[in-house]
Amino acid sequence: MAQGIKDHDDKTHPLQGAGGLDHAALSDIFNQDENRVDWHDETLWWIRQKRDKAVNQLPEWESLRETASQIKNNVLSDLSNYLLQFEANATKNGITIHWAADAKEHNEIVLSLLLSKQVMQMVKSKSMLTEECHLNEFLAENGIDVIDSDLGERIVQLAKEPPSHIVLPCIHKKKEEIGELFHQYLGTPAGNADPQFLTETARQHLRETFLTRKATLTGVNFAVAATGEFVVCTNEGNADMGAHLADIHIASMGIEKIIPERKHLGVFLRLLTRSATGQPITTYSSHFSKPRAGQEMHIIIVDNGRTVQLGREDFRNSLKCIRCGACMNTCPVYRRSGGHSYHNAISGPIGSILAPNLDMEKYADLPFASTLCGSCSNVCPVKIDIHQQLYKWRQVIVKNGYATTAKKASMHLMSFTLSTPSVYHVGGKAGRWVLKHAPFAVNNKFNPWYKHRDMPEPPKESFGEWYAKNKNGKQ
Amino acid sequence: MSSRDKILAAVALNQPGKVDLPDINFLKGTTGNHIEKFIEVLTSIGGKAIAVKSFDDIVAFVKQTTNPGDRVVSTFHEMSDVELINKYHGLPHDLQDIELAVIGAGLGVAENGAVWIKGDLLSQRVIPFICQHLAVILKKDEIVANMHDAYEKIGNEDYGFSTFIAGPSKTADIEQSLVLGAHGARTMTVFLIE
Repeated sequence: MAQGIKDHDDKTHPLQGAGGLDHAALSDIFNQDENRVDWHDETLWWIRQKRDKAVNQLPEWESLRETASQIKNNVLSDLSNYLLQFEANATKNGITIHWAADAKEHNEIVLSLLLSKQVMQMVKSKSMLTEECHLNEFLAENGIDVIDSDLGERIVQLAKEPPSHIVLPCIHKKKEEIGELFHQYLGTPAGNADPQFLTETARQHLRETFLTRKATLTGVNFAVAATGEFVVCTNEGNADMGAHLADIHIASMGIEKIIPERKHLGVFLRLLTRSATGQPITTYSSHFSKPRAGQEMHIIIVDNGRTVQLGREDFRNSLKCIRCGACMNTCPVYRRSGGHSYHNAISGPIGSILAPNLDMEKYADLPFASTLCGSCSNVCPVKIDIHQQLYKWRQVIVKNGYATTAKKASMHLMSFTLSTPSVYHVGGKAGRWVLKHAPFAVNNKFNPWYKHRDMPEPPKESFGEWYAKNKNGKQ
Repeated sequence: MSSRDKILAAVALNQPGKVDLPDINFLKGTTGNHIEKFIEVLTSIGGKAIAVKSFDDIVAFVKQTTNPGDRVVSTFHEMSDVELINKYHGLPHDLQDIELAVIGAGLGVAENGAVWIKGDLLSQRVIPFICQHLAVILKKDEIVANMHDAYEKIGNEDYGFSTFIAGPSKTADIEQSLVLGAHGARTMTVFLIE
């Protein structure tokens, strides 16, 4: 395996507080509170509907998706040149470029930049890459205080939890829980859970932070090869508040954030927020090209497994992702299992095809956390074949011996049954008999299909039997 | 081998065969009058559009919406009685008490209500974000249909910082309840001028 890939015994960061539990076990925890699951499900579906409403206003939506997909295909096919071009142009603009092979190197670069300026406190706007790299934990261990400035991220930071969604970090939290956190950490009156009031409190608290931090870190939504500029999108304005006040601005980006030319921003900015939340565009789409007078601007370009994914023909398309979160909002499994059940920085369908590349054993469960309904692929603004990749990962994982013993046994049995007609017919008969005469044999807690479901009424006969009887028009 | 060279070598080795870029010209919007659409979208995202005839109308608006003693700044010398911010040499942090900033926009986009703010025309980039209320002056004939038209107009413009701003700062992070005024401006007014 190439550099940057954590091998499976790296347990220094027990990922996302999962404690070694897999998706099914973590979903069980989430599913204990059925009302909360319903609420979570409905909230995300509502966002999906807002997306549909926004999308339906653009007759050219499908050609826009196709165009974005083709641009990203071009980027992946010529990425080495684009990276060089971006580096040259950004450097010309006065930005310092750093390269990080893996999460560790990324984190060390950030730390050394901060220490070179004797900065011990940093304000950060949303960056899923830094979640992937576990930057906050690393900096904390090294005595650096980091404050997340996106409201949702600040809330999960106070709760000492990872974000559960890439666009909506605290979508799993009820306002009463947020009110309680604010009461505990920000001194708001107990029992006040009014979103307006809590947001205003966070505004005051974080304004003080922005004004006193000398260093800021932001993510990068798009990096333009031809101009060396990068674009950061927020609704809150937190990336800008950080960047325009701090002495040093560090921007972290994966190698796949490159787009060829400035005009291509038009395509992606039209797709991003409509897909994410149904807004026509984020409030702020800021184009950073040069540091302001007296300021330092650094970009860290991170690999962390991406070049390996680029070499996997079946999975490289996952690198086209623009992190809109539409696949999560639409996913029936995500909506009813919650983001934390994926025990990875990026959850949901897209996380499930990105994570196994980083550590196939640790994330062997994720490609199975799907019904393969294909809704994710249908809403993806850059047309990633997400559900097909989920299906392909399952095969790779089983072939490499990373599936659980039970899953392996059941898949072998399934494969044997489906390829042996006599066994298949006997099996079908036996199944119908059991469902009819001994339902308790399947309606028990050892059968995961029975959870939250009733087993179906067994048909009297199989289609094959019915057809054999009826093919001559006789009853 | 440095990480840079390792990454670039791995990318070159693993990237698929070259695929051409698609043509995107067909996505351009129609020419013509997009003012109504711009106003409709801006209003729907929490912003406010006001058609004005001259700077006198804007000055009157400022008088109406601010209190004596409020810090009001502008990049327009036509704005009488307000602090001209073009030559500001102080720290960006000392702009934290701005109540209202009145600045110019290069263009407006009808499909999403965004305006293009050229950061290089501001003495400090933070002005449109740190002010409590933001007002932008936009010429009516600078409104284009969509983002493709916008980038065509922007072309190869050389800038250190520029930004699209669409409405007031907002968040819905608490149970998806929309709240205006997260970290940036609490309100956004666009003055449409002939």
